[in-house]
Amino acid sequence: MRTLTARIFPALGLMAVLALASGCGSSASSSSGGSQNNGGGGGGGSTSNTQPIAVNFGPLPNSGYADAAFTSVTLCSPGSSTNCQTISGVLVDTGSFGLRILSSALTIPLPQQNDGSGNPIAECGAFASGVTWGPVQTADIKIAGEVASSIPIQIIGSANFPTVPADCSSQGAPMDNLASLGANGILGVGQSIQDCGAACASGNPLGAYYTCPSSGCTDTTESVAMQVQNPVASFATDNNGVIVELPAVSTPTATLSGSLIFGIGTQSNNGLGTATVFGTDDFGDFSSSYNSTSYVGFLDSGSNGVFFLDSTILAVAVCPDQTFLYCPSSTETFTLKNTAQAGGASGSVTVTVGNGDALTQGDNAAIPGLAGPLTQPGLPTMVDYGLPFFFGRNVYTAFVGKSTPGGTGPYTAY
Amino acid sequence: MRSKSRFALLLAAVAFAASVPARASLGGDTASVRDDQAKLQGALQTTTNGTYTVHEIQAASGIVVREYVSPSGAVFAVTWHGPRHPDLRQVLGAYFDPFTQAVQAQRAVRHGLGPRVIQQAGFTVVLSGHMGALSGTAYLPQSFPAGIRAEEIR
Repeated sequence: MRTLTARIFPALGLMAVLALASGCGSSASSSSGGSQNNGGGGGGGSTSNTQPIAVNFGPLPNSGYADAAFTSVTLCSPGSSTNCQTISGVLVDTGSFGLRILSSALTIPLPQQNDGSGNPIAECGAFASGVTWGPVQTADIKIAGEVASSIPIQIIGSANFPTVPADCSSQGAPMDNLASLGANGILGVGQSIQDCGAACASGNPLGAYYTCPSSGCTDTTESVAMQVQNPVASFATDNNGVIVELPAVSTPTATLSGSLIFGIGTQSNNGLGTATVFGTDDFGDFSSSYNSTSYVGFLDSGSNGVFFLDSTILAVAVCPDQTFLYCPSSTETFTLKNTAQAGGASGSVTVTVGNGDALTQGDNAAIPGLAGPLTQPGLPTMVDYGLPFFFGRNVYTAFVGKSTPGGTGPYTAY
Repeated sequence: MRSKSRFALLLAAVAFAASVPARASLGGDTASVRDDQAKLQGALQTTTNGTYTVHEIQAASGIVVREYVSPSGAVFAVTWHGPRHPDLRQVLGAYFDPFTQAVQAQRAVRHGLGPRVIQQAGFTVVLSGHMGALSGTAYLPQSFPAGIRAEEIR
């Protein structure tokens, strides 16, 4: 079977990509964690709230990982200004919550989170395509000029926690190294403040958090405050949401540069402007309809395509061998209507669907029009607005319970 | 959703989680549904539409698993949705290992956290959603009741 990667065999473009991906370095050298990434913060005296992001193939050589946005994050041992490391190649994901870093990318020691009995806590991160397994540790997170002090993060693929418990591995195939993840980590900046919330704090354990005495890891409950936290919500300022800003691109392009802006309406560079606010549930879902039929919709920068509806509903063929992509003979557009979760705001959007086979021919990481079906017999179909939807838009994510000029989160706006 | 089905039979929630069954769902028989119910510690509701029977297990975790049983008594499809994927080793049974191997093989050539479709000889699994709201469907195309197509199951 020929694949996306096979068609994007990197040659010259790879050099540029690697140069970009390594631009921020990943050494353990000290960093003040703010001065290096000023992309134009707010007015005088304000904290720099702008972090560069780039759509490139990421840190894995020859990955062919298209339509994914990466950034760098500085971790410090809590309270330390010298025991720090800047890690590049971290995926920007509005579809998850919390920071996860591959053990293989981490060179500084971080304190382990333990339960009341002194046993280490580990987590099974639940993603659509699989799980991330590893210990919960504590770090100061510095991005642009912002700092989140002493918050729980997940370390994926730690050698000290080599055995994925059956309760975790039964939830999907582990993404536990660079080869399977294609990133050095995941920066989850979706609507939720924690990655599980009240459901994991009491009652029957859900297979999310584990206590790990020497006898092995078993399911446990985890208080909300101890859970892996969306780091942006813990910033001292600009902590009510994020904006993903990427420029428009009309044809497949080697790389694309944009910004991750912290805060909504907190500085001169992060106002809502003319964006429409769509209230969501705590996990980012709203309603999206096509031809008067309503589906679940969400904006997920971690999905590397717009995956929506199916070949029958849209009357578009899928690609003969890349069956996860649509392959219209010429580019088509479809108009959908997005509506706030609880009713209210609504607005039409146009989704462009190009020929997946043609679009993935070159060594391009930023591919507009990349879209595919989400055919799932027995379930309502969905509209997963992945990264191509973000091109040419400022996409706002407001966090649960946080006040903004557009109302209290959670919401998505663009 | 279509059909407030013809009749519904509500069985009591049972929670004898201790015994882990060897039998598994997809491709298993009706008894395997009970095994899943025990493993998921959920309430079971059974409906039939004349062609096939749907066993819906609502677990306390918020995960809902629906298992589709053909007139011959075979589980030919399973769907789920909830805060996490359910115990897929239990739900997919013999198909779990080939499924995870196929996911890993696919990742080696195509990365991404978004939806994933695994089409192997004999079975298909679709994973979708995002953290906090996951869903999926798995089915055996060759085991569908006569006249029923995958896109028709509800």
